[in-house]
Amino acid sequence: MLAATIKSRPIYEGLRLDGRAKRHLVAAEGEGALAVLDMLAGEDAALARATLLYAPGGSAGQEHGAKLAALRPDGFHPLPTQPTLLNRLEVILQTATMGTRIYVAGTEGFIGKVVALAQAHGVDPQSVRTEHRGSLARRVQCVHCKGMTENVTASPFVCSHCGLNLFVRDHYSRRLGAFQGVCVDAEVPGEIPPAEELFR
Amino acid sequence: MTIQFKQETFRDDFTFSNSPEAIRRFPFPFDKDEYMYAVNIEQHMPGPVKSPFEFPIDIDEHYVSEMRDRALVLKEDPLRCQSLPHMITAEWDLLELLMESMAKNYPEHFTLTRDGDRWHWINRPLGIDQAFTFGDVSTLPQPPMEYVTRQCQGDFALLDQRLDNLWMDAGMITTQADWSLDFDIGMNFMEWHAPVPLAHDMGIFERALKFLLNLQQGRPVRRLNWTMTVNPRLDTSPENYHKWGADRTTVTPENVGDKVHLRVELQALWRLPRSNAIVFSIRAYMIKMNELVTIPKWGRRLHRVLRDLKPELADYKGLTRYRADTVAYLAKHDDGAPTSPGFFPDPE
Repeated sequence: MLAATIKSRPIYEGLRLDGRAKRHLVAAEGEGALAVLDMLAGEDAALARATLLYAPGGSAGQEHGAKLAALRPDGFHPLPTQPTLLNRLEVILQTATMGTRIYVAGTEGFIGKVVALAQAHGVDPQSVRTEHRGSLARRVQCVHCKGMTENVTASPFVCSHCGLNLFVRDHYSRRLGAFQGVCVDAEVPGEIPPAEELFR
Repeated sequence: MTIQFKQETFRDDFTFSNSPEAIRRFPFPFDKDEYMYAVNIEQHMPGPVKSPFEFPIDIDEHYVSEMRDRALVLKEDPLRCQSLPHMITAEWDLLELLMESMAKNYPEHFTLTRDGDRWHWINRPLGIDQAFTFGDVSTLPQPPMEYVTRQCQGDFALLDQRLDNLWMDAGMITTQADWSLDFDIGMNFMEWHAPVPLAHDMGIFERALKFLLNLQQGRPVRRLNWTMTVNPRLDTSPENYHKWGADRTTVTPENVGDKVHLRVELQALWRLPRSNAIVFSIRAYMIKMNELVTIPKWGRRLHRVLRDLKPELADYKGLTRYRADTVAYLAKHDDGAPTSPGFFPDPE
């Protein structure tokens, strides 16, 4: 569970099947597959109206994809990476109809990207059902160069784009699906506190 | 009354300063000798003549130079001005509010002529003469919010109201105290205030939001906020923090009077007529310590406020590195005499 002390960070309430939905559109990454299995196992009526997208990420060795396929949902899209999953999701969202419920499970960065994509297609972010599973790694935007660094587990860290030393501020943008990274040694260049592994 | 506009800079050689008249009208934010958060919102009613509260939109001697600095910021970083597509009606509302107020209260500098949707705007200090059609973006050189806020002092955010919340969905933010429009755009009231310490647990934001959701047209409100800035730099954005952060280590007992500035934000909120959005204006005023102590009451009071400020607040406001030097400087201007209640200077 993630602490809810950061006011700008969404609360991930866990996946819950929406019995009234005409269509279930489910995106999962890595350990998020387990949340999908918990929600859909044995729900044959829902599975007949479900489209699953899955990128194994760091859980590739664990055969979660095979378990999801065994649910025999109406549509199943195993995809090699998060970007390919998001491309496929975008295509599906372009023709999605009223009554579609979107679910997402996985790391926080992945949830953020799916919710932002849904929002770009006119979906209220608060209507997307979310569950955090797997690593606590954060996706961080450098406030200086605006570059995104994925899978940040420690603060401070080096921006993967401009090379500044950034600390991770407890401030989250849903639009960007990212935390804010701010230069840690702006006042005295080189004065950098030791990195702490905070987001494993 | 014609304002004499100063030529000055807010970067590089930092030639900004206040005239004696500007010092006397400075919106000093402390009405007593200590500071803690409060929902210090009051009606934005006309205040004393020559004060920054005399008119809804205050134009002062720094106008021309501040607008030049804004243009420089936008040239380097266009993301300081952004607007989500559903905010276009609110943008026109904002243009009307600012042009009407500026033309009414500073007729020697600004003129607005309206003939139905055909408007004619003259801005003499900036040398602008623009005829346009209200509601038709193709008749202005920039979208309406950007156009008018390139000609008005202060940062502006436009807040959409829905789902019992306020959403920061547009803004022109070039003189901010360390927050990013590009990061915060699209956030609701609770979300964009997330990094502020202490105030959430005090229930400040719940009460302020409840109040603002009921803001009525024609009844604007205001509050003062404050921080401190080393050098008279308007653009203390997080985007450029890696460039200006080192300023905070340059304060010495010798230069503190000239380098350290009290920075006061006059924040005002208006309900807009067509869009039902809210304008949130954040107008920054700066004053050097050696200007501030020319008002004896303010020197005494700021000394006591800074000396007794809670450490979390000093950290949040970024004062920690130069607080001691500033308190020591101000101590020399505090004879321990009692101060009179209220913000304003004592009569001379």
